[in-house]
Amino acid sequence: MAAAVTGSFPGHAVRHQADIAKGLVISTFEWLGDLTIFCCRVVRSAFVPPYEWGEFIRQCDEVGSKSLPLVALAGGATGVVLSLQTRDSLIRFGAKSMLPMVIVYSLIKESGPVITGLVVSGRVAAGIGAELGSMKVTEQIDAMEASAVDPYKFLAATRVFACLLMLPLLTIAADFCGIFMGWVANTVAEPMSLRLFLESGFKDALFSDLIPPTLKTTFFGFIIGAVACFQGMHTRGGTEGVGRAATSSVMIASLFVILADVVLVRLILMIYG
Amino acid sequence: MAETSKESRDLPITVGDLHKSFGEQTVLNGINFQVERGETLAVLGRSGTGKSVLLKLLIGLRPADSGSIRIFGHEITSSDVKQLNEIRKKIGFLFQQAALYDSMTVEQNVAFPLSRHAALPENERKQRVRDLLAGVGMDGHLDKLPSQISGGMQKRVGLARALALEPEIVLFDEPTAGLDPITSTEIGKLILELKEKRKMTAIVVTHDISTAKLFSDRLLLLHEGNIRIEGTFDDLQKSQDELVAQFLGESS
Repeated sequence: MAAAVTGSFPGHAVRHQADIAKGLVISTFEWLGDLTIFCCRVVRSAFVPPYEWGEFIRQCDEVGSKSLPLVALAGGATGVVLSLQTRDSLIRFGAKSMLPMVIVYSLIKESGPVITGLVVSGRVAAGIGAELGSMKVTEQIDAMEASAVDPYKFLAATRVFACLLMLPLLTIAADFCGIFMGWVANTVAEPMSLRLFLESGFKDALFSDLIPPTLKTTFFGFIIGAVACFQGMHTRGGTEGVGRAATSSVMIASLFVILADVVLVRLILMIYG
Repeated sequence: MAETSKESRDLPITVGDLHKSFGEQTVLNGINFQVERGETLAVLGRSGTGKSVLLKLLIGLRPADSGSIRIFGHEITSSDVKQLNEIRKKIGFLFQQAALYDSMTVEQNVAFPLSRHAALPENERKQRVRDLLAGVGMDGHLDKLPSQISGGMQKRVGLARALALEPEIVLFDEPTAGLDPITSTEIGKLILELKEKRKMTAIVVTHDISTAKLFSDRLLLLHEGNIRIEGTFDDLQKSQDELVAQFLGESS
């Protein structure tokens, strides 16, 4: 196509494509480099007094309490679906008694953390990207710097650490709702007491089954907060740029959460077997 | 920080051979000027001539390509964030769109720099915020969010915030842009009042010649990255330069 347009050899079109690919690779690495420098600056600023406790607590409320209904709903729905989907399969293999354990394990080890990560990516990353993007284009971030206040500390560090702290707590809420709704769905099909359901669900559970999968969400929280703050604080181009910052924050944060999950699951398996 | 002579330490603002480009576009092409203590300099020019960029360079919000910016003798271009923040505490900045923090009330906006840099007890800080807002006629709107007040009111609150730390220098970026003539005159008078009361050093970026005439001691016209003319309002009026005459004529 390019060759036809320029009226030159097909080789030129290939070279043109190669140049585009090269440019894309270089800009991706530049973006990753800038993101890494940004993360280092945010983490460093967070540990230098004075600390922004007020803003940190406000952000914990924004990320935590306001995401709770959505996370609880997503967790509950996952519990119901898991119960409905696995029940038939387990009955077919004569392992119906394993149902509580299947629900508990799948929720705690994988579904709960990943669903929480993705739901929070959607809600919080979009919010942070749009808010900081809007602050950037209306010069509010410049105004903060002009007042000798570090926006990396006040805006970014508070949001990143709020995400980091709130993600494990939201994951616990998602796990709880999922297990409870899994029990409800199971009880509708075949009555069973909650106590018996929990006892059989957690019967062989070990430390490595429960704690590491929940704690891995701190990494998800860091990724969501850092990516969204970075995209927001580097917004260019007016309201259109704000929209782009919000969308790209969600896309990149979700992608990184999924990639981080693969790496962290492998790591947890290597450590705990 | 670089060694400075006593003379340059006394001067609030000294700019030397300052260059700034964005890609291919040269915004400032080696400009030089000084601002004396207590003086108000108006920077005039058409849109896109780098007036706002110049103000942002002065407090290190954007890096200069080359040249020197000295605030009370401290070189801005080679200062780190910590040094810059010390200098920024001495400078107030009124942004073009006021740039009030959306999520904070009028009172919280003005209290923001005070709560971080002025070691005042809570009640004294509150009183100081009220005094600052009373000074700009906004003490009746403490609990309102920026979205609940008009553009002119936002400028007034922005002005109160810029003055919160009692700065020695105040930078005004288009203080009357987007306002009706009556509000523009009110803001102009407010700046004049502050200038007389506080004897502050100021740079006012504007293309509103009538407002500039009202409170500036000296004017400077930027054109294509260079200073086209610098002098008092009378000097500009006497100038034979066609562009200057055109600018004064069209603006007034």
